[in-house]
Amino acid sequence: MNPAITSSTPLLACLASLAAVLPILLLRKSPNLRESATFVAGFIKFGLVVSMLPTILGGTQIEYTLWQILPNLSIAFRVDGLGMLFGLVASSLWILTSLYTIGYMRGLKEHSQTRFVAFFAVSLSATIGVAFSANLFTLYLFYEMLSLATYPLVTHHQDKEARTGGRTYLSYLLSTSIGFVLPAMIFVFLKTGSSMEFAEGGFLAGHVSGKEALILLLLFTFGFAKSGLMPFHSWLPAAMVAPTPVSALLHAVAVVKVGVFCVIRVFTGVFGLEFLKTMDIATIIAWAAAFTIVVSSLIALTQDNLKRRLAFSTIGQLSYIILGVALLSDRAVIGSMAHIAMHAVGKITLFMCAGAIFVASGKKYISQMDGLGKKMPITFAAFTIGSLSVIGLPPTGGLISKFYLVTGAMDAGQTALLIVFLVSTMLNAAYLLPIGYRAFFPKDPELARQPFSWKNTEEASLPCVLPLCITAGLALVLFIKPQFLLNLAGLMVGHGG
Amino acid sequence: MTEQAPILILLFPFLTAIFVALLGAKVPAASWPLTIASLGASICATLTTLIQVLENGTIRYYVGGWAPPFGIELRIDGLNALVAVTVATVAFLGAIYSKDRVESETENKGPQYYALYLLLAAGLLGIVITGDAFNLYVLLEIAALTSYALLAMGNKRATLAAFKYLIMGTIGASFYLLGVGYLYIKTGSLNMVDIQEQLIANGLQDSSTVQVAFIMITVGLWVKMAFFPLHAWLPNSYAFGPTTSSSIMAPLVTKVMIYVMVRMVLTVFGPVYAFEVLDWGNIVVWLAVIAILAGSIGALAQKDLRKMLTFLIIAEVGYMVGGVWLVDETGMTGAIYHIISDAFMTLCVFLFAGIVFAKTGARDIYAVDGLFKKMPITMIGFIVGAFSLIGIPPTAGFFSKWYLIQGGINSGNWEYVIALLISSLVNAVLFFRIIEIAYFGKKPAEGHIHHHGDDHTKISEAPITQLIPLLGTAAIILLIGIFNKDLVAVIQDFLEPFNLVAGIR
Repeated sequence: MNPAITSSTPLLACLASLAAVLPILLLRKSPNLRESATFVAGFIKFGLVVSMLPTILGGTQIEYTLWQILPNLSIAFRVDGLGMLFGLVASSLWILTSLYTIGYMRGLKEHSQTRFVAFFAVSLSATIGVAFSANLFTLYLFYEMLSLATYPLVTHHQDKEARTGGRTYLSYLLSTSIGFVLPAMIFVFLKTGSSMEFAEGGFLAGHVSGKEALILLLLFTFGFAKSGLMPFHSWLPAAMVAPTPVSALLHAVAVVKVGVFCVIRVFTGVFGLEFLKTMDIATIIAWAAAFTIVVSSLIALTQDNLKRRLAFSTIGQLSYIILGVALLSDRAVIGSMAHIAMHAVGKITLFMCAGAIFVASGKKYISQMDGLGKKMPITFAAFTIGSLSVIGLPPTGGLISKFYLVTGAMDAGQTALLIVFLVSTMLNAAYLLPIGYRAFFPKDPELARQPFSWKNTEEASLPCVLPLCITAGLALVLFIKPQFLLNLAGLMVGHGG
Repeated sequence: MTEQAPILILLFPFLTAIFVALLGAKVPAASWPLTIASLGASICATLTTLIQVLENGTIRYYVGGWAPPFGIELRIDGLNALVAVTVATVAFLGAIYSKDRVESETENKGPQYYALYLLLAAGLLGIVITGDAFNLYVLLEIAALTSYALLAMGNKRATLAAFKYLIMGTIGASFYLLGVGYLYIKTGSLNMVDIQEQLIANGLQDSSTVQVAFIMITVGLWVKMAFFPLHAWLPNSYAFGPTTSSSIMAPLVTKVMIYVMVRMVLTVFGPVYAFEVLDWGNIVVWLAVIAILAGSIGALAQKDLRKMLTFLIIAEVGYMVGGVWLVDETGMTGAIYHIISDAFMTLCVFLFAGIVFAKTGARDIYAVDGLFKKMPITMIGFIVGAFSLIGIPPTAGFFSKWYLIQGGINSGNWEYVIALLISSLVNAVLFFRIIEIAYFGKKPAEGHIHHHGDDHTKISEAPITQLIPLLGTAAIILLIGIFNKDLVAVIQDFLEPFNLVAGIR
């Protein structure tokens, strides 16, 4: 057991954005003040998360028990390496997305912006709550909160399409969490009689039979449907009806990463890698993830709507993370944890670019973007960097996590799955690279002949473009300085990376 | 004074009812304040009693000083102290809601309405605190007769529905009375605890008369609580009665009957007899599963908002009957906890339905069209109740399910666990259908539109006398969810001597 100190910082970090809801609602009449409330909360939240970083890197965990809600069960927080890693990603990207939201929502003159930013803040509280949960019960609580708080965001346009999308979104997420996770959690609670606290090496070993363990593993992995594992993935393309800031932060970072985060927690904190190895039940999950990776990449190839293509790409990338942890080798697990951050940075860039393109030119189909790079050079440069990171090519952070994943697959001796990694990397390249390439080097000779000049550029407004430049820059920085992320992930498998 | 609290629980509403009936003819305006005051006093009395029970254990109050088994005894332990507080609180909140609505829904019948309302509250409170099986029957009839009248005040369909209810209710009560009669023949006693002692002392466990008594009482109560398939009286009477009447009856009547069933099973017959000698626990759990599923499917088919909610009551009754017959301490805890939480959940959604009806005059679920914009505070109250019925933490409904599902897994009744989960999902569909209509409007426009809400200004937020009970109920739902550990501690203290853990079956 790691040494731990008690401090209310995790709770405060979780509540910082929730507390912003009231000022946001009160300041609804003056948008600028309202936005500054978001930023103040964002920086406080990020500051609180960062303030815990040295302690965590030093190998000490931070815990805080809020309320004992059931006999033996508490709403409690504990920050460890994985939680810190995810907390850093979510809270830092929230600030950038808030900036981007201003550019996007005002650029399109969207309605009900106050409601939008308020629910965004609630969603972030739920996300950090998941990241810092100390036990399965608290995790479930925040997981459900996130599903519900994001519903008004997904259906923001309140039109027919939004209603259909929102229906799919909620019915997938709620039916899996109530139908699978809840009974599995209650069963675990009954069998172990414990407080269900995540522990290094898990707490389930010795309490369940092999068959029960397999059923529980399936219920948990598929039940946390935010991870987009097929066949429970359809909610993610459906959620693309949301305004782009939602797709960017929630459906490339917060919500979907909460899904895979929960799966990693179940693997490492509930079952424990050793227990899974002895039981030999993770292979089925690994193959489900491999299947998802390949199929979603193939579907992505066929999508002309940019956001939908990115959504299917996300489904595949999430399964990398699940596959990594299901390989059960230390390197693969580190790789999958690091991939949470690497993919987040890359994919949020791509989504922000998609939104910026839509704001500036009104285009959402890839086939319309031929030659658009000449009008929006900065956006498409960032898009290309983001693509490289998602594919896993240098000089971007995506390479680092993919390297760990691939070598982890070798460690685990899974040659077949190794091939899946390699094939899917090529598929990733096939569906992402042509977009950037065609934008700069259009097929149409008419467009190709047009000379490039900075005067002719039509970029989106600064609050739109600046964040995506920063995230693209982050993707490059993480290539050079990935060490602290790897250290955080390494804490979870018992060594410093 | 405090040692008289048990009888005061009853006397406040009972005497005020007579007073309101007499005075109301002259000063109709005085009816509402008197009702509120007496129910408020009754809440205080129940709370005092609860505190006494928690401090000193079971209270035995001899009415008029006549000792049992000859006199009537009020016997209050952890179980009915909690239920009594619930009943008094729900009645109080329902009465606040009635203020504006009584005049518009039941014209010129204000004083009569309040007098009947108070009598109903007194009857239900009496059922909960009495320790005498026959006295319980009398109070059952007081509650029933007043409810027929309260429901029949509604529109024409309500009168017909109330008549159906009258027939079914009378049959149910007769079954109960017959059962008590058989018990009296065998044991010579009407006092609940005394019956139990006589049954054991005289070795009456194998007596077929007692068996018939048990079956009669149980079936009678099932009719009264609308346990599927004995439910037919319920949907129409609660859906077409005045919203004021249904906001006290829907939350309380079925729940109080479930309390009586728990009381009969545990205190009168004893768990060993009820679960072991007769051994139909498994069959009853299956019946409960059917009730849960039938109620959920029935609710899905409804377009009328209140009628949909009435089918949910039928499903919830299935939850509790099943929970009791799981023969597991956690399951029983869940069933009893659910009596309390479901009373408030049901009250919450029925108040919402009433407010919507008051505002729009429409009964179907499309009446909520666009209400998020027009009545945001009302919608917040509704959402808490809806989430609780779906079972989303940290509302009370989540914890009911938490305990009930545990009970189901413990006792190996997987069919019950699955039924609970299915019903949660159906509730999610039902309530998100309403939330959707309230959020998107009846027919959301094609394509990308921006509406600003300043178009329909006709409907605005509900008046304060309707918002207070709604939000109060929502707050209570959250509180009994967050503090469920303390409630459950009281329930488990009560259950401990019955030793249900041993796995009687």
